[in-house]
Amino acid sequence: MSTRTLYQKLVDSHVVARVDEQNVLLYVDLHLMNEYTSPQAFSALAEKTRRVRRPKQQLAVVSHIIPTHAEAPRVIRDAASLLLANNLARNCAEAGIALHAANDPLQGIEHIVAPERGLVRPGMVVLCGDSHTTTYGALGALGFGIGTSEVEHVLATQTLVYRVAQTMRIAIEGAMPYGTSSKDLILWIISRIGAQGARGYAVEFAGSTIASLSAEARMTLCNMTVEAGARAALIAPDATTFDYIRAHATSLDETAWHAAMSDWRELKSDPGARFDSEHHFDARDIAPFVTWGTSPDQAIAVDERIPAAATQKTPEAAAALRRALDYIGLDADQPIAGTQIDRVFIGSCTNGRIEDLRIVASIVAGRHVAQGVRAMVVPGSGSVRRQAEAEGVAATLREAGFEWREPGCSMCLAMNDDFLTPGERCASTTNRNFEGRQGRGGRTHLMSPAMAAAAALTGRITDVRTLETQS
Amino acid sequence: MRLTEIHGTAAPLPIENLDTDQIMPKQFLRIIDKAGLKEGLLYDLRFDAQGEPRNDCVLNQPEYRDARILIGGSNFGCGSSREHAVWGLQQAGFEAVIAPSFAEIFYSNAMNNRLLLVQLERDEIDVLLHDAATQPAAPLHIDIERQTVTSAAGRVFAFPLGARHKQMVVEGMDTIDLTLASLHDIEAFERDHFARHSWAAVL
Repeated sequence: MSTRTLYQKLVDSHVVARVDEQNVLLYVDLHLMNEYTSPQAFSALAEKTRRVRRPKQQLAVVSHIIPTHAEAPRVIRDAASLLLANNLARNCAEAGIALHAANDPLQGIEHIVAPERGLVRPGMVVLCGDSHTTTYGALGALGFGIGTSEVEHVLATQTLVYRVAQTMRIAIEGAMPYGTSSKDLILWIISRIGAQGARGYAVEFAGSTIASLSAEARMTLCNMTVEAGARAALIAPDATTFDYIRAHATSLDETAWHAAMSDWRELKSDPGARFDSEHHFDARDIAPFVTWGTSPDQAIAVDERIPAAATQKTPEAAAALRRALDYIGLDADQPIAGTQIDRVFIGSCTNGRIEDLRIVASIVAGRHVAQGVRAMVVPGSGSVRRQAEAEGVAATLREAGFEWREPGCSMCLAMNDDFLTPGERCASTTNRNFEGRQGRGGRTHLMSPAMAAAAALTGRITDVRTLETQS
Repeated sequence: MRLTEIHGTAAPLPIENLDTDQIMPKQFLRIIDKAGLKEGLLYDLRFDAQGEPRNDCVLNQPEYRDARILIGGSNFGCGSSREHAVWGLQQAGFEAVIAPSFAEIFYSNAMNNRLLLVQLERDEIDVLLHDAATQPAAPLHIDIERQTVTSAAGRVFAFPLGARHKQMVVEGMDTIDLTLASLHDIEAFERDHFARHSWAAVL
């Protein structure tokens, strides 16, 4: 048999049939849903009197519209948002689909909930009507986002007509420098390959740097790979992965575990497997990264200056730069460090996990959020929230002046009542700095949890590596 | 009904990485049907903070009011998977988008709704952008069967379209019905798959 990449193995093991030269009928092990990209899929099924074919391979969460005020029980006061939540509950009840609703202790963002419940395992195909489904590649599963028509197709058939992607390998070698995390790593990679640098590709990350990352840090990396346009992100499962699965997939007994391990050990690209594209990076070049513009590839190291239009390679990039600076209210050649911020948001499917919150707590312990700055922490799930409370992380954050809130997507996309007002500038651990993403006229700077913590303490974009001397 | 050609004027919107958050902002997503997305389309570009139409937006200019084709920048439709972006474009009367490249999920969403996506080279797009800016009343003609765009001046550009996607746009086929024709294969696959990989049954 010819050599295959990990991606090819994952696809091959889920091909029900070939559709044509480009497309296969791909089997879906697990399908996740939220309240806002699934309603029209359920309605369309009902219109044609079709059934959900495999209800036990679906899981739904209320994540995007839910308010995050610290109140119990949680109440959705906005009528349209409540309609979405109730509609999801009705659809799930009618079809026999498991749901983590607003006051379920396991409620949270789908990409936090599914891994922590042990529902995402190496070798699976996991889909969701949400672009950040690429997260699951961190555990050696093929995950990618789909639209509502495709949600309907999955509900009706448990398969997807899937255009097979090209393969790209991104190898990173060396130790991560002090003060950096996998968030800096992915912002750095996107800034180099561009917002469409991986468009059409399934990206496999490899190298000693990746091997050194925790399972959660890998989730951050794979989560944001979609911001380079990738169709999927993958990391071959290793001891780190297996330890994570063992800790979270508690339903696997010894027999099942051994059977699984014999399958999962094969989940890696064969030696000599050919990739359609390859990149090699040296981790020593990484520094704490911050976005300055309105696309995730408009990012620089915190000690660099915002580029000028003249440095851009194409007229289109120069136009995009001018448009971005006009929106973001900064000037070319200006240092990004020192930029005053109004808000801090820590959370999202990118950086709303317990390790992220521990990092923030370790930096802000015994200090206080700068005067005039409003800083929020929104844990990614109820489980993350409870763990942070049990560990004392939550108390540290509250004492430092952070709002400690209930879980959800919150101000990552501002579909609930957490949003920036026009002109407000935010240090954010989220994934998109698009115009209006966090609220109309809001100005987003993407960064790591550590960098967001430093921004909260100083009231400006600050190099976390020099925090000791600045505060 | 078969859709074999699109004939109409084009609006130029050459913004790189125009994401679906901009195409359909969050406040229009709190719906369980597809209502009201025409109003939401490119809302922040079309209206100012007070809700007044922005004159600098081509979609507010009378000469582009009846445009059926949108000419965009590269990586059009990147970001969120929200299909509402496609529904909104269609509700506003657009039948095709022409751009140097399209984001992956947006592409699938468009095909599933028969919104034609025409990928052309940058220099070809530049010609069409120039035409759209200088002769807004001059129509483009898109022949889907032959996969060509003909400019008002008669220049012809070919574009790629996979056989299946072409069939989806032209015929509007029910892809679920087609897949369910293979139901027997799906059932056989799933019996074997879970028998061999019991760890993949997680709920």
